[in-house]
Amino acid sequence: MTKAAVELSGVTKHFGEVVALKGIDLAIADGEFFSLLGPSGCGKTTTLRLIAGFEFPTSGSIQIHGKEMALEPPDARPINTVFQSYALFPHMNVERNVGFGLQMKKVNSNEIATRVGRALDMVQLSHRANAKPDQLSGGMQQRVALARALVNEPEVLLLDEPLGALDLKLRQQMQIELKELQERVGITFIYVTHDQEEALTMSDRIGVMDKGELLQVGTPKEIYESPTSRFVADFIGDISLLAVSVVSPTEVRLSGGGNVPADTSNAGDGSHWLALRPESLHLVSAAADVPDGMVRIPGKVRHRVYYGDSYFYDVETTAGSLDVRQENRPGLPTFDAGTELMVWWNPAAGSLVTA
Amino acid sequence: MRKPAFEPGLEKAAEAAERRRGFLLGLPAYVYLVVFFAVPFFIVFVTSFARRSATGATKYDEFSTSAYVKLLDPLVGTIVWRSFWIATITTAVCLLFAYPFAYYIATRRPAVRNALLVLVMIPFWSNFLVRTYAWRFILGSDGPLGTLTEAMGREPFRLLFTPAAILIGLVYGFLPFMVLPLYAAIERLDWRLVEAARDLYADGWTAFRKVTLPLTRSGIIAGSLLVFVPSFGAYVTPAILGGGKDLLLGSYIVTQFGQARNRPLGSALSIVIMAVMLVALMIRNRSGAEEI
Amino acid sequence: MKSLRHPWIDRLMATNAWVVYAFFYLPILVLVVFSFNASARVGIWGGVSPRWYGEVLGNAEVLDALKNSLIVSGISTIVSTIIGTAAALAIDRYRFRGRRGLDGMLYLPIIIPDVTMAVMMLLFFARVFDIVELVGPRWQLGVTTIVISHVAFNIAFVAVVVRARLGQIDKSLEEAARDLYAGAWQTFRRVTLPLIMPGVLGGALLALTLSLDDVVVTSFVAGPGSTTLPIYVFGLIRRGVSPQINAISSLMLIASIALVGLSLLLQRNPQDAILPDERLKET
Repeated sequence: MTKAAVELSGVTKHFGEVVALKGIDLAIADGEFFSLLGPSGCGKTTTLRLIAGFEFPTSGSIQIHGKEMALEPPDARPINTVFQSYALFPHMNVERNVGFGLQMKKVNSNEIATRVGRALDMVQLSHRANAKPDQLSGGMQQRVALARALVNEPEVLLLDEPLGALDLKLRQQMQIELKELQERVGITFIYVTHDQEEALTMSDRIGVMDKGELLQVGTPKEIYESPTSRFVADFIGDISLLAVSVVSPTEVRLSGGGNVPADTSNAGDGSHWLALRPESLHLVSAAADVPDGMVRIPGKVRHRVYYGDSYFYDVETTAGSLDVRQENRPGLPTFDAGTELMVWWNPAAGSLVTA
Repeated sequence: MRKPAFEPGLEKAAEAAERRRGFLLGLPAYVYLVVFFAVPFFIVFVTSFARRSATGATKYDEFSTSAYVKLLDPLVGTIVWRSFWIATITTAVCLLFAYPFAYYIATRRPAVRNALLVLVMIPFWSNFLVRTYAWRFILGSDGPLGTLTEAMGREPFRLLFTPAAILIGLVYGFLPFMVLPLYAAIERLDWRLVEAARDLYADGWTAFRKVTLPLTRSGIIAGSLLVFVPSFGAYVTPAILGGGKDLLLGSYIVTQFGQARNRPLGSALSIVIMAVMLVALMIRNRSGAEEI
Repeated sequence: MKSLRHPWIDRLMATNAWVVYAFFYLPILVLVVFSFNASARVGIWGGVSPRWYGEVLGNAEVLDALKNSLIVSGISTIVSTIIGTAAALAIDRYRFRGRRGLDGMLYLPIIIPDVTMAVMMLLFFARVFDIVELVGPRWQLGVTTIVISHVAFNIAFVAVVVRARLGQIDKSLEEAARDLYAGAWQTFRRVTLPLIMPGVLGGALLALTLSLDDVVVTSFVAGPGSTTLPIYVFGLIRRGVSPQINAISSLMLIASIALVGLSLLLQRNPQDAILPDERLKET
């Protein structure tokens, strides 16, 4: 097994009385695009700042390619950061901003010039080398910040919500650019975001954090389709949660009565919910229309919302309310508010979560 | 899972180093201000309880409250009271002119606003003595106004060396101190709140009274403090425009360190000024806390 | 919001604004104009002449006082700028024991009335001199005591201006420098210092102005032979109005306006220039 690019073990961080991180264990592989996802105040930025060296952990170990770095100052770490505010030096032009790190590392000036030139080419900003940061658009500043970090060929690149300040169109474009760039340079990216879509589309793996804890680490597909906790299920995408109790390894009982099949092998202690994504729920008029082997439950439409490409239904059932998304496709029936109908799903689509 | 490599409290050493750096940076100022500000204050305090010998020398050999007893003397009382009133009127006049003035500046376009602001900053920081002298020159009987009235055959113009002249001088000197905090408060105001008030059926005056005024109160209080405290202890202005009589507290204190040779009394009066200053500060802090 | 105000209220405020500006500038203007009055009777216009300026600039006492003023303000500006900038950095960027105490001591010299400050300094030096005399040397009030006193109030003003500037600088710029392999000192020299420089220069010019203007504190701690220009002028003014004073005053006024103008120019936004109120908001 290769050494992890970054490995945190038992990392805690207290700010006075406040416990910001409650013991983080995490290994990020070489060349991985890893996202830390969570609401504001969950500890994701603190984790990033500990890896960068802007803060020091209260306890625990931070290793970078096997070397203990927890107490090293930022300038001693083979890591660079792209800041949320970009933090471009306003008194230096683009070229000097990008060359700053190499200059500090006492690289000779010829080499600095070559490497800065290459880095600016890479982000397509060679023509603005002499501009001051405040003369550039947000997207350009973003690219300068990237070039300034990557020109140092760091072992790990940290990105703190780097697209947060951009408008939607530019953000989507930069997401693709960033992902391509990461694949090309092969550097480990650790990406902090509160935008679940951004995390899902770009990452190799995602770590979901809440209240200073790392709740689940997995591929985007695992996180989205098999959340292990109520928080992760709820935080990512739309989801309906039905309170259930575990009755057997393959069955749960709904709160309104009736057993339905579900995989309960991962059920921990505490209360349990059956989590169902709106797109894995289906609506039909009668029980006879439900395919064999599927779970079904009777319900009544409370609201219907038109989304253009789909309809969104709020369906009331004896087990709780369910959000259902139905494609808007010719031939599929639609249901008015008040209609009695059947909701069905594939037992494999439901995940059992604990809180 | 491996054991954490470190015990809790890992960051303590690094943070202590950081604190030490901050402490060392602040140390010169700290030491300087303790030696040349806090200690002098303490000496003034001690001196206010010292004894004045028959020849006017200050004796620290016994604890004496005679300087404070002297404060009850009607003469001293009158001076303190007069200073208090002059400072109060100065503050009120400044507020009256400065509020609409600051409001006007704050509601201009940004470019105009900055230019107008610079025009306030310039008198704010230019030579106070000379600016006061300008009024001495203008108000004096041999100044331009005096000679003009004389030439017109009227009563010679007489305003210099009156309380009114002092008031003009104080307002002139301290008005910018009122304008700038007010401007800062009004400029920060979220105008949508005023619009919301108008939307909720408040007329212009009511919206001003119920929204604008309370939200800019921090500026009013800060400005009043910055005008009242220096006016209360003013020396230069009354000395130039008041004719050097012991009309006000500032001049009276200076006299105690000159001809009157009564340092304990001068110190006690300085303590009075500082007490008024602290009360003013407390009023401001109290009101600031309410706002949050 | 313009539409929400009655036009006559707007007009009233505009009038008020012009009245206030006239109040600020007319007296200064009148003084400067009359300083060129050829007549020896100050109130009667006798034609334009620079004669009083010539007389003033040829006056040895004026030049002596000016020299003292320049020495005092020069030294006190340099010392207070260094100490005040360090203090501003300490308070804005670090947490340490005694921070609150320093913050308070940096605030009081700004609002304390001149007379009180003057009394404090005089009594302090008197006590110190009494004690020193027991050991031997006889110290006297003079340029040194003036400089010490000026530094005592100027540190606070420099610190306020520099802090206002520091407050606008994104702390992540310093982190970025550290992240890009700059050590603590390199970060200060290449990032922090260049960025706060306008504030440092602005604070220094303010200290220079205050030091060049001070009358009350200086007159308490000045000794024989250490008369500064404002003290000299103040002495003249108390004796009455004269064309010479008009000329000196105009020169001092123009010099101080030039300094303030320069200081404002250095801080791009005049609002960032010293607003004592900034401090009032924080505490």
